[in-house]
Amino acid sequence: MENDLLEHHLNLNRRKFLSRLSLGLGSVALGSLLIPNLFSGSDSDADDFIPGIPNFAPKAKRVIYLFQNGAPSQLESFDYKPKLRQMMGQELPPSVRGTQILTGMTAKQTSFPLVGSYYDFKQYGESRAWISDLFPHIGKIADDICIIKSMFTEAINHDPALTFFQTGAQQGNRPSMGSWVSYGLGSENKNLPAFTVLLSKGKGNGQGVYSKLWSNGFLDSIHQGVQFSSSEDPVLYLKDPDGMNRHERRKMIDHIAALNDISYKEFGDPEINTKVQQYEMAYRMQTAVPEIMDVSKESDDTIKMYGPDCLVPGTYAANCLLARKLSENGVRFVQLYHQGWDQHGNLPTEMAGQAKDVDQASAALVTDLKQRGLLDETLVIWGGEFGRTSYSQGKLLPNNYGRDHHPNGFSIWMAGGGVKPGMVYGETDDFGYNIVKNQVHVHDFHATVLNQLGIDHKKLTFKSQGRRYRLTDVAGNVVRDIIT
Amino acid sequence: MIKRSYFLIIICVGCILYTFTACHHVVSIQDADNEIPDTVSYNFNIRPIFSDKCFKCHGPDANKRQAGLRLDIAEEAFKALKDNPKSHAFVPGDPSSSEVYMRITSDDSSVMMPPPASNLKRLSQHEVDLVKKWIKQGAKYEKHWAFVPPKEVSIPEVDDKTWPKNQIDYFVLNKLERQGIAPNPEADKERLLKRVCLDLTGLPPSLPLMDSFMADNSPNAYEKVVDQLLQSPTYGEKMTLHWLDVARYADSHGYQDDNYRSQWPWRDWVIHAFNENLPYDKFITWQLAGDLLPNATKEQLLATGFNRNHKITEEGGVIDEEYRVAYVTDRTNTFGKALLGVTIECAHCHDHKYDPFSQKEYYQLFAFFNTVQEKGIESTVGGPETYAKKPLMQITNEDVKGILKFVNKQDTNKLIVSVMGDTIRKTYILRRGNYDMHGDSVEAGTPKSILPFPASYPKNRLGLAEWLFNKQNPLTARAFVNQEWQEFFGKGIVKSSGDFGMQGDLPTNEALLDWLSADFRDHGWDIKRLVKQMVMSATYRQSAAITPEKLKLDPDNSLLSRSSRARLPAESVRDIVLASSGLLTRTIGGPSVNPYQPPGLWEMATSGRGQLATYRQVHGLNLYRRGMYTLIKRTVPPASLAIFDASNRDQCEVRRLRTNTPLQALVMMNDPTVLEASRVLAANLLQENSKAKLKIYKAFRLIVCRKPNEKELSILNGYYNEQLKAINKQDAAKLLDVGEYPIPENLNRVNLAAMMEVIDTMYNMEETITKT
Repeated sequence: MENDLLEHHLNLNRRKFLSRLSLGLGSVALGSLLIPNLFSGSDSDADDFIPGIPNFAPKAKRVIYLFQNGAPSQLESFDYKPKLRQMMGQELPPSVRGTQILTGMTAKQTSFPLVGSYYDFKQYGESRAWISDLFPHIGKIADDICIIKSMFTEAINHDPALTFFQTGAQQGNRPSMGSWVSYGLGSENKNLPAFTVLLSKGKGNGQGVYSKLWSNGFLDSIHQGVQFSSSEDPVLYLKDPDGMNRHERRKMIDHIAALNDISYKEFGDPEINTKVQQYEMAYRMQTAVPEIMDVSKESDDTIKMYGPDCLVPGTYAANCLLARKLSENGVRFVQLYHQGWDQHGNLPTEMAGQAKDVDQASAALVTDLKQRGLLDETLVIWGGEFGRTSYSQGKLLPNNYGRDHHPNGFSIWMAGGGVKPGMVYGETDDFGYNIVKNQVHVHDFHATVLNQLGIDHKKLTFKSQGRRYRLTDVAGNVVRDIIT
Repeated sequence: MIKRSYFLIIICVGCILYTFTACHHVVSIQDADNEIPDTVSYNFNIRPIFSDKCFKCHGPDANKRQAGLRLDIAEEAFKALKDNPKSHAFVPGDPSSSEVYMRITSDDSSVMMPPPASNLKRLSQHEVDLVKKWIKQGAKYEKHWAFVPPKEVSIPEVDDKTWPKNQIDYFVLNKLERQGIAPNPEADKERLLKRVCLDLTGLPPSLPLMDSFMADNSPNAYEKVVDQLLQSPTYGEKMTLHWLDVARYADSHGYQDDNYRSQWPWRDWVIHAFNENLPYDKFITWQLAGDLLPNATKEQLLATGFNRNHKITEEGGVIDEEYRVAYVTDRTNTFGKALLGVTIECAHCHDHKYDPFSQKEYYQLFAFFNTVQEKGIESTVGGPETYAKKPLMQITNEDVKGILKFVNKQDTNKLIVSVMGDTIRKTYILRRGNYDMHGDSVEAGTPKSILPFPASYPKNRLGLAEWLFNKQNPLTARAFVNQEWQEFFGKGIVKSSGDFGMQGDLPTNEALLDWLSADFRDHGWDIKRLVKQMVMSATYRQSAAITPEKLKLDPDNSLLSRSSRARLPAESVRDIVLASSGLLTRTIGGPSVNPYQPPGLWEMATSGRGQLATYRQVHGLNLYRRGMYTLIKRTVPPASLAIFDASNRDQCEVRRLRTNTPLQALVMMNDPTVLEASRVLAANLLQENSKAKLKIYKAFRLIVCRKPNEKELSILNGYYNEQLKAINKQDAAKLLDVGEYPIPENLNRVNLAAMMEVIDTMYNMEETITKT
């Protein structure tokens, strides 16, 4: 009976499917058992887009997104502004601020004293990129990364800005970037979800994260980000109860399947067989996931490279190591969040702590991928939801100040996946306030990431509520300058 | 890296299909039907094509219109073309002189439509043929079906007069007979009882109910059960569940800090209203404008909490007006989606691209909700005084003894709820939807393509409610009837229950929808009557079996030739486990509770502020409340419910996805709720004086809601005997160590663990959590 259904699906979509194959682009990702919607009908009106098959030859196969949640200051990391030190304490010229809207936290400030970085900067590598002393390890991989100093966004508060970066819209239940990629390309590993999420937390002033950020929105929930944690249960409900071994679990699943089969014979509902298959996938995940989580087989050199924290479950370093393992095993999109980057005050102290959490492991991840020959096909992204103001929030003291939210110009970096290594792209003015060269909007960033995965961002659409949605809404240009 | 032969590809495709067929919606009859009808209808055949392929640039949005040509309005479409006054888009009767026909068939990329740069797919040959015939037949435009009030419909003729049980069935059977398909026979009594109990109360039938129904051979046995269920207070709970999604109800404020809010008395009111069978017009009028009713009661004021259920920020430093506007926007969008079934939100930044709603009309509707005496940010994370935001009402201990006796207030603490209350505020069109870009000022009004706002109505929410229930309003009854149909039959007559507009799905049975809507409206908007009508129909009572023939002829069951087998909503999955094991606490309403949840979920994703930064699990009876009472923290909604597609209550939702995933299998296998229920039911059965086989038989009836057949019983009984040998004492102790419910001392631990596993197996059967 299910053969009839298969035949039905095939007839409907064979032509569309084969026409894509004839373009010679169909050989990627078909090994996946996780390409849902491939033969779906009216619900996902994919038009020119066939899930599971890229539009053109991809540079990157996988993404690891190291999200720095709370918005790290570009002025103490990658955007070197000596002028701010020279003008320490002087007022931000009103002409620079222009009509810029400020958050409620500093809008009522009567003074906007400029503040230079508490930390020194050095130039690194052949690219001579300026990087602050807080990030010496990232400095060492300067020639592997592309720093974009001219990002800008539309939101000035955490929730909408974070949501914008993750879903392409400030409000609303849109699919996360990882969900789009999962929908677009499927998974390479039938035992693991295509989109996984890892959380960690620094000691700095924190802003929460929320499951909406890795939500599938209107896409099928198979594309939802699956949260992995380094607790006893790495995936929710993964672990069998104490007292039940693998053999016993197998036995129970076989009995469940036998009972379901009786029901299938009576009702002929293909959904019943799907259920049986999902139990099999669950069973395989129960083995595959703990294997991935196990770092005991990592070499001493690897452990040393990520730093001792990588053996402490739940830390950023441990998550970076885990990200490499997941990615290596074919997980399309690994999304990390490190919380604690919201330095409205106590910036010098808090930022040093945050940087210490992430510097070594971020660099190690890039180096590790490179050593394994995986960096070429893995796109690593590092950055927050916006930047921070060049003036001090609150009182400016010699060794203490804060910075408010700043959407008009901030820095992120990317590495691998066909992004030009050793490049610094874009520029802000001497105050680090406005972009003066090569601005990159969040939509452009999304378009570029999808492009590297072989997806035309205008074609990756899904029809919901009568409208075709894209990650890039109705905008976005691929930043050709930064890709090979 | 991965190189595969086409042979392998095809194999893989087979596997994929095998694995994922369930996630797919098969193409409907209309798509598969390649015949050109005798009379081509603009609404049913042509507009869907134009809407999809043309209106983006030649439709309602004035700013995006190309070549000054508008094809969604007849007068505009028949005008001489601006670019070439000798030509016309359509020449009625003459396709070859019609510019549109010429362009949709052209291979010349400079003239073809849609143009290559639009990224829109070209029309299929079938679509081209339809357009051609439509032009030949005079190119007659029709108003969009959903914007015309439901027509007077007569009950259609059918050949088989014995099958129909009420009017619904004539509409369904008429369609089936025309396709030459026979409906399924009535479901067996056990399955029918399970189905109707779950649909009307969200709970499985009890053993005594199963026994009495099976023994009752009177012709109205089923109706007696239906009436009994409709009178049960659990009916109100079940009906409320969908409304909580619609009303984006939650127990936290949302946004960054996501602290607690005490909005649950509003939820208790909804349960009460459904149980009292408050007519739909009142049910909605109170929620929209209870505060504006003459001599409004506290109950009517509480009902207006509906419009304050949206997220409210407590993030310090936000711009007040930006968020205030976001709340008004949310209310306006919810009004459109929930009560009218239209995507009015698309006109927030620009004229609607497909439906005839201008941006100005959006802000006219917005004006009704823009006068609330509220702030964008009233307070940051704090104590009980922040659990509701102004305007708010206080519910006193006297209230819950009197007019608000349905509010399950369990302590004497101050209880506040966010409700509606107006001030005076001017409304402007917001250019590009930006809160600070004021355009022209507008007065409250409604989209005229739906129904112009009568001058005699007050220009406030009360007037808006009157407009909604004006007999000429084409959408109100249809939208609600369709949503309820969806809840009982698996999907709406209009599948896109939130979009009746031009991009939405067409009704699979327009006459049925119109008849039901008019009937509902003309019988006092009586919800229980509507619900009873649905479940009493022969259409509803069909068996769910799918024959290969039906899979071919009616693959997605849009003709209703069978009952739709559907996995239960997340909350019912939980409820069926608790109810069948005897653990369920049947308290109605009250503050939401935190049952078992994997550790660390809230703590890993919090700013650290507020009382929801740490998960505090409840104990005792509150551990076993129905799924609808699980506390919803918006940023981290309850994990086991979310995995079964529950709404995160971020925004109004009128339809849940229904998926089938490995994570759901993991929940059923390892959630302590399921394991504890298995253990408790096993203990209860072991204390009965009966043979093991009979215990299993009884458990099966409680869980699957029917008697097991021989084969099923033998698999389970065999498993039990196997486990008696396989489990040692140590493992038994570990297996039983789950949940807080006490274990009777006197029971043999190995027996108990073996029986627990057998029962756990039953909970994991597909049929258990499926409406069959």
